[in-house]
Amino acid sequence: MMHKLAYGAALGLTLGLAGSASSMNDQALRAAVAYAPPQEPEALLVNSLLEISRNRLDMAMVEIDNAIKANPNFRLAHLIKGDLLLAHTRPINTIGDAPNAPHQRIVELREEAKARLQRRSQHPPLDYIPKYLLQMHPGQHYAIVVDISLSTLYLYQNLNGEPRYVTDYYISSGKNGSEKLKEGDQRTPLGVYFVTATLPKSQLSDFYGAGAYPISYPNEWDRQHGRDGHGIWLHGTPSNTYSRPPRSSNGCVVLTNQDLTTLGKTLQIGLTPVIISEHVEWMSPDNWRAQRNALVSQIENWRRDWENRDTDAYLRHYAKNFNANGHTLSQWAKQKHRVNAAKTWIKVDVSNVSMFLYPGYENLAVVNFDQDYSSSNLSTQMKKRQYWIKENNHWKIVYEDAA
Amino acid sequence: MKKPNVAALLLLLALAMFGLWAVADELQDANALFKQGNQAQALDKVNSYLASHPKDAKARFLQGLIYTEQNKTAEAIKVFTSLTEDYPELPEPYNNLAVLYAAQGQYDKARNALETAIRTHPSYATAHENLGDIYAKLATQAYDKALQFDKTNTTAQTKLELIKELFSSSPRAAKVTAKTDTAKTDTVAAVTPSTPEPQKVKTDNAAKENQPVATAAAGDDTQDVLKTVNDWAKAWSKGDVAAYLAFYAQDFKTPNGESREAWEKSRKERISKSMSIQVTVIDPKVTLSDATHAKAGFKQDYRSNTLKSTTAKNLLLVKSGDKWLIQREQAGR
Repeated sequence: MMHKLAYGAALGLTLGLAGSASSMNDQALRAAVAYAPPQEPEALLVNSLLEISRNRLDMAMVEIDNAIKANPNFRLAHLIKGDLLLAHTRPINTIGDAPNAPHQRIVELREEAKARLQRRSQHPPLDYIPKYLLQMHPGQHYAIVVDISLSTLYLYQNLNGEPRYVTDYYISSGKNGSEKLKEGDQRTPLGVYFVTATLPKSQLSDFYGAGAYPISYPNEWDRQHGRDGHGIWLHGTPSNTYSRPPRSSNGCVVLTNQDLTTLGKTLQIGLTPVIISEHVEWMSPDNWRAQRNALVSQIENWRRDWENRDTDAYLRHYAKNFNANGHTLSQWAKQKHRVNAAKTWIKVDVSNVSMFLYPGYENLAVVNFDQDYSSSNLSTQMKKRQYWIKENNHWKIVYEDAA
Repeated sequence: MKKPNVAALLLLLALAMFGLWAVADELQDANALFKQGNQAQALDKVNSYLASHPKDAKARFLQGLIYTEQNKTAEAIKVFTSLTEDYPELPEPYNNLAVLYAAQGQYDKARNALETAIRTHPSYATAHENLGDIYAKLATQAYDKALQFDKTNTTAQTKLELIKELFSSSPRAAKVTAKTDTAKTDTVAAVTPSTPEPQKVKTDNAAKENQPVATAAAGDDTQDVLKTVNDWAKAWSKGDVAAYLAFYAQDFKTPNGESREAWEKSRKERISKSMSIQVTVIDPKVTLSDATHAKAGFKQDYRSNTLKSTTAKNLLLVKSGDKWLIQREQAGR
C-alpha cells in the first residue's frame, strides 16, 4: 500500500507567488507538460509531479526513473524518487521529506521544483514576442531573452526579420537576485548585452561545465549609472551536477551543460543579443510591428535631417540630458553647427539596424547600425550605437557613440 | 531426538510400507542438522537426497538456506533463482533472494524480487515487511544522491528476514503479521511447521516509546481503554463476530482501504473459519493523546488451528459517549 504524497501546498505556493491561481491545478499542469519536449529530464520530472498530483504514484515512479535515466545527476529527480519510495512506508507531507536532511539544500531543491513547474505553466502564447526584440538585423541569427523571475532563458530565431520562438531553458541566476550594481554583489544584471567571447571547456575549471560565453556587462548605460563589476557569463554546471538551484550563482546565468552546448551553436560572438529582464513583457505581433515602425521612422527622420544639413532639425532629435562620452547636448550642438557649416553636402547611409528595448524602462531603446557617412570634406564608415528614449512621447537620442 | 511414541511408530511403519521411509528421513535429518547449526552435514544429507530427487522444492530450498548460512551467497542465489524459475508461484524463494541481494547492496534487485513475491501472495507479511525496509533503504540512497551526501556515509546495512520454511504462508488476513517469536516456534513440531521463523527478531520499540499518562482523570480513561482492549481480544477469541465488530468505530480505517462492508465480510469469514482462536494481549501500554483519543500498544499473541503469531500492534481508539472504539488497527514493530 502506498501513502499519499501531499505536495499540493509546496507546489501551490508557486502559482500563488506569481499572483495567478492559488493552487497548482490539473489544467495548469497539463499546460505545463504541453510545452515540454517529451524526453527532456525536466519534462519527465514535470510529468512525474503531474502524476503525483493525481495520486498515480506508480506512474510517477516510472516518469521519475526516466528523468534520472535521462540525466543521472538530476538531484531534484532523486529527491522526488526518495519521496516516492518512502511513501511506501509512511505519508509524505512535502517535497523532500528526507529525515535529517540539511535544511538549506532541501529548500533549494524545493525552489527548483517550484521554478521548473512555474516556468512550464506560465508559458506565453507562442506567437507573442518579447517586447525587447523590436528589430534584429539580417546578420543576427538568434537572440536570447532571460526572465529572471521564471528562471528561464528564451531563444528566438530571426526569421526574415521576425523573431520566432525556438525553445527555452531552465537557468539559475544570482544568489541575491537581479539589478546588479556593484562588484561582488552576487546579482545578475538587467539590460541589453551582447555575447563577447567564447571560452571553451578546456580553458575553464570543471565548475563552469561545458563552456562559457561572457556578455558585455557593464555596458555604456551601466557605466553612466555607476554600475560596475565584471565577469558576467552564460555558463554550464560542474560535471557531477545536472542543474543548480534557481538562485545560486554569483551573478552569471547558468544552464545545464546539455542546454549550454545546444545554445552555444546558435551564438555569434559580438552579435547575439542577451537581454536580461526580471519579468519579460510580451507583445502581440501587431503591437510589435507598430512599435517597431514608430522607432524606424524616427531614425529615418534623424538620418534625413542630418543629410539635409538642417542642423536645428537634426539637433531636435537629441534629448535634453544627452550624454556621449561626457559631452553634453550644448557641446554636441556647438560642434555639429561648426562641422556642418563647413560642408557643401552630406550623405548618410544607415544599414543593418537593430533595435532592442531596454528591460526595466518604459521607453528606452538600444539602436545599433552600420553608418556610411560621406561629405564634401570627409567620409567615414563606422558601427554606431545610440540609446533612444521617449521624451514627451517623442523618441530622442540620449547617448551616441561608435559601437 | 525424542523417543518416538506408539502413534509415531505406526506412522513410520506406514511410511516404510510405501518405501518413503529412508528418503523422508534423510530430508528430515538434513532439516534437523540445519537447525542444530551443523551446516556441513546438513548439506551432505540434502545433496544426497537431491541426487535422487533433483526437482524437490523443499530440499532445494533447504540447500539454499544452508548455503546462505555458510555465506556462500553466489550458490544460494543460484539455488533460490532456479526455484523461482521452476516454481514462480512460491513467494518464499523470492523473499530469500531479496534478502541475499539486499545483503550485497543490490536493493533494486531485492525490491523486484519482493514485489514479485507480493504479486503472487498479496498478504505475505514477511515480504511486505522486508519490502518496507527496502523502500526505506532505497529512499535513503535517493536522498543521498539528491543532497550530495558522501557515498562513504555509513548507514546501517538493511537486514531482512530470511524465510526458513517453504509453504509457510498460511492463509490469513493481510494485516495479521505472522512475525513469530523464535523461542516460541521451537515448541512447534518440526515435522509440520506452519509459520515462518524469522532469522532476526526486530526490537519492539512500540512497547517502550510511550509511558501511560498518570494523571488521576486520565487514570480512569487508561483503565477503560485497557478493559476495552482486553474485551476486544476476548470477543475475538470466542469467535463472537458481532461483539468483535462492535469494537470498531463507524469511521474505522480499514487496513487496505476497502469498504467497511467488505472488511466486515472478510473478518467474519476469517474468524468463523478458524476452529479455535486464542488472542492474548501482552504488555499493553496506553497513551492518551487528548480527552477522547488514545493509543494502545501491545504484543498480540495469536493462536489458531492454522496460525500462531506474536506481533506488535497499535490500536488507535476514540471515545464515543462512554465507550472507546477502535479507529485504526496497525500491525508492525
